[in-house]
Amino acid sequence: MIAHTLFFYFFSIIAVISAIMVTASKNTVHSVFFLILDFISISCLFIMIGAEFLGMIMLIVYVGAVAVLFLFVVMMLNVAQQTNQWFLSKTSSNHIPIGLIISAIIFFELIIVIGGWKYKPKLTNIDQQQFVTEISNTHSLGQVLYTDYIHVFQMSGMILLIAMIGAIVLTYRQREGVKKQSYVKQISRERSEGVEVLEVPFNKGVKIDD
Amino acid sequence: MIEIGLGHYLTLGAVIFTIGVIGIFLNRKNIIVILMSIELILLAVNINLVSFSIFLNDLAGQVFTLFILTVAAAEAAIGLAIIVVYYRNSGTIRVEEIDQLKG
Repeated sequence: MIAHTLFFYFFSIIAVISAIMVTASKNTVHSVFFLILDFISISCLFIMIGAEFLGMIMLIVYVGAVAVLFLFVVMMLNVAQQTNQWFLSKTSSNHIPIGLIISAIIFFELIIVIGGWKYKPKLTNIDQQQFVTEISNTHSLGQVLYTDYIHVFQMSGMILLIAMIGAIVLTYRQREGVKKQSYVKQISRERSEGVEVLEVPFNKGVKIDD
Repeated sequence: MIEIGLGHYLTLGAVIFTIGVIGIFLNRKNIIVILMSIELILLAVNINLVSFSIFLNDLAGQVFTLFILTVAAAEAAIGLAIIVVYYRNSGTIRVEEIDQLKG
């Protein structure tokens, strides 16, 4: 139990510090790196608490796909030099106190909600309930996901498909002067337009490609 | 303090959520950092769902975390595509200079 506590504080402190660094670091590439660190530590927490499948999926989806996508876009758009200074901006500094106040209010509301939920009188015993089933987390998730939640699952697949189509359509650009291979034109070529039979006069030759 | 319960995980989620909200409010330069703050907020929601799911012994929270993960990935892809198109058209993605919708 003490090891669980130590690991929780270790990973959560790393997660909070890297989350702060995501928003506060000057270089955008560093922000993406701290985002990756944040995802990794949170997925370690998930694995530690007993949700192994979600921890691994977080690693694959966030670190493997989303963070690398961010990194590609940051490097492609050359925004690494655009410094990310939020307290130093002179022109737009009037909204900073209001933003901080609203963020503090949101935080305290969340804490109050947690406290009120914890000290609610009639509460199920949540202290030591852990998963005591024989089957693993992945197995039980699969049993639920493909039976009870199959429609939502298919819908999330549609969401991913639409997102993919949307991203491709948004960023697709037709360039001028680029020669492309057209399969339809190649296949639909007939003999009559490709080959011509000529009557060649003696000792004269034929001039083609006029 | 020694015993790690549900409240600890929920507090961690609240802290990360608030950091994401602060990142959206106070960032005025870089729109990619705003997208990353949105990812942080979704991550905090995931922490809440997974910890409730574990401590209440109910798998629905983890299933919904999967769907939130899907939506977050789709949102990141679409948002980054929009940013790329905007950068190609106008040459800047500084938040202060994106004001074409200002009538």
